[in-house]
Amino acid sequence: MREISTKKITETVKNLCLEAGVDLPADILDALNDALKTEESPLGREIIRQIIKNAEIAKKEKMPLCQDTGLAVVFIELGQAVRLLDGQLEEAVNEGVSQGYHKGFLRKSVAADPLIRENTGDNTPAVIHTEIVPGDKIRLQLMAKGGGAENRSASRMFKPTSTKDEIEQFILETVEKAGPNACPPLIVGVGLGGNFESSALMAKKALLRPIGRRNSGFDTCKWEKSLLDKINKLGVGPMGVGGTTTALAINIERRPCHISSLPVAVNIECHAHRFKETVI
Amino acid sequence: MTKKIEAPLTDSDVEALRAGESVLVSGKLYMARDAAHKKFKDNPPFDIKGQILFYASPTPSKPGAIIGSVGPTTAGRMDAFTPALLDKGLKAMIGKGERSAEVVEAMKKNKAVYLVVPGGVAALLSKYIKQATVIAYPELGPEAVQALEVVDFPTIVAIDSEGNDIFEIGKKNYSR
Ligand code: SF4
Repeated sequence: MREISTKKITETVKNLCLEAGVDLPADILDALNDALKTEESPLGREIIRQIIKNAEIAKKEKMPLCQDTGLAVVFIELGQAVRLLDGQLEEAVNEGVSQGYHKGFLRKSVAADPLIRENTGDNTPAVIHTEIVPGDKIRLQLMAKGGGAENRSASRMFKPTSTKDEIEQFILETVEKAGPNACPPLIVGVGLGGNFESSALMAKKALLRPIGRRNSGFDTCKWEKSLLDKINKLGVGPMGVGGTTTALAINIERRPCHISSLPVAVNIECHAHRFKETVI
Repeated sequence: MTKKIEAPLTDSDVEALRAGESVLVSGKLYMARDAAHKKFKDNPPFDIKGQILFYASPTPSKPGAIIGSVGPTTAGRMDAFTPALLDKGLKAMIGKGERSAEVVEAMKKNKAVYLVVPGGVAALLSKYIKQATVIAYPELGPEAVQALEVVDFPTIVAIDSEGNDIFEIGKKNYSR
């Protein structure tokens, strides 16, 4: 057994929040720089240039990349040989989020109740997904997810007899409808199979995959490439003003499902992809 | 040559702008979003004639800073309030995303423009803001109405006073 104090978790989550809010991941920056070379619309190129410039300023001055600093979504892989000391795991994570959002002057964007909508004041509670894995380490991944893009996500229960083309149509429609409001260039996460909730979770996890790393399944990898091409032919473009860069990546995950179901979930992420991870 | 505008705007200032053009905005912007619109409805706490509304709310300012990071929010959420404000003389709005048919009609009728700035470039946009003053509803925190002084704030005309819409035109031009 390896003993780890939950205080260490709080400290780590706090730092992840602080970094994620101001530091655009390198894979996104690389993808934006590549897009600058291929984007055909002058207005689209100007917007991509602004996004890159913004990332430079944000990193240098430790200013939030976007005013919507997101809902904290935390993925925990907890090694089964870890024994946690000094308190409870989820409380430790929420304490880290609270400290990080205060210290970083990040906007607090959580309503305590979906209908009453009073702000909780410290951006908690986070949405936390915990998985028990082999080993004696803890992997923490934090995504600060903006509302504009999240709101454009969709899921649908297809028939087992539905064709790949029908699913593809649904994905393309979702991206096109996301349009300017979701702040393209987008990252698109797709979860295929499982059941109602696991398809949505897969779609979200698909967003954590670095840009350029394709699904290891040959068919899925090919599908990701051809779908990205189709998405970028929709014409939506940066911020929806027209262009050839509507998405930087589409990541698809699939898993077994019931013989009578075919769930599909599409999670939309904006270019301000606030994501950081570490292992304790 | 990039066009420049400054509030208060006249009909001819607005009519000179075309969807898809880049426009640098200087002078005063009034920042207000959902909660403020819900409060003031068609009676804003400032003279709206010829003015520019910016749909936004900033991150908390660091000590000594003029403002935190500030960028556009989805304009469509304000659509229900907008036609009445246009009737009162509102001339331009800055936000992100599409507007309703009713808003576009009211813009054509009253000669107004809708400008967009990219979402997710809020650190960059804050650099164009030289002064920020809360003028109403301080209790709304980040959603309080603020008067901002800006210099060469970079925007794009999304919908012009004739109803031309860059989201439609752009998509048509670049879809294959
Ligand atoms: S969708 Fe993303 S980039 Fe756009 S405003 Fe929201 S968080 Fe910012």
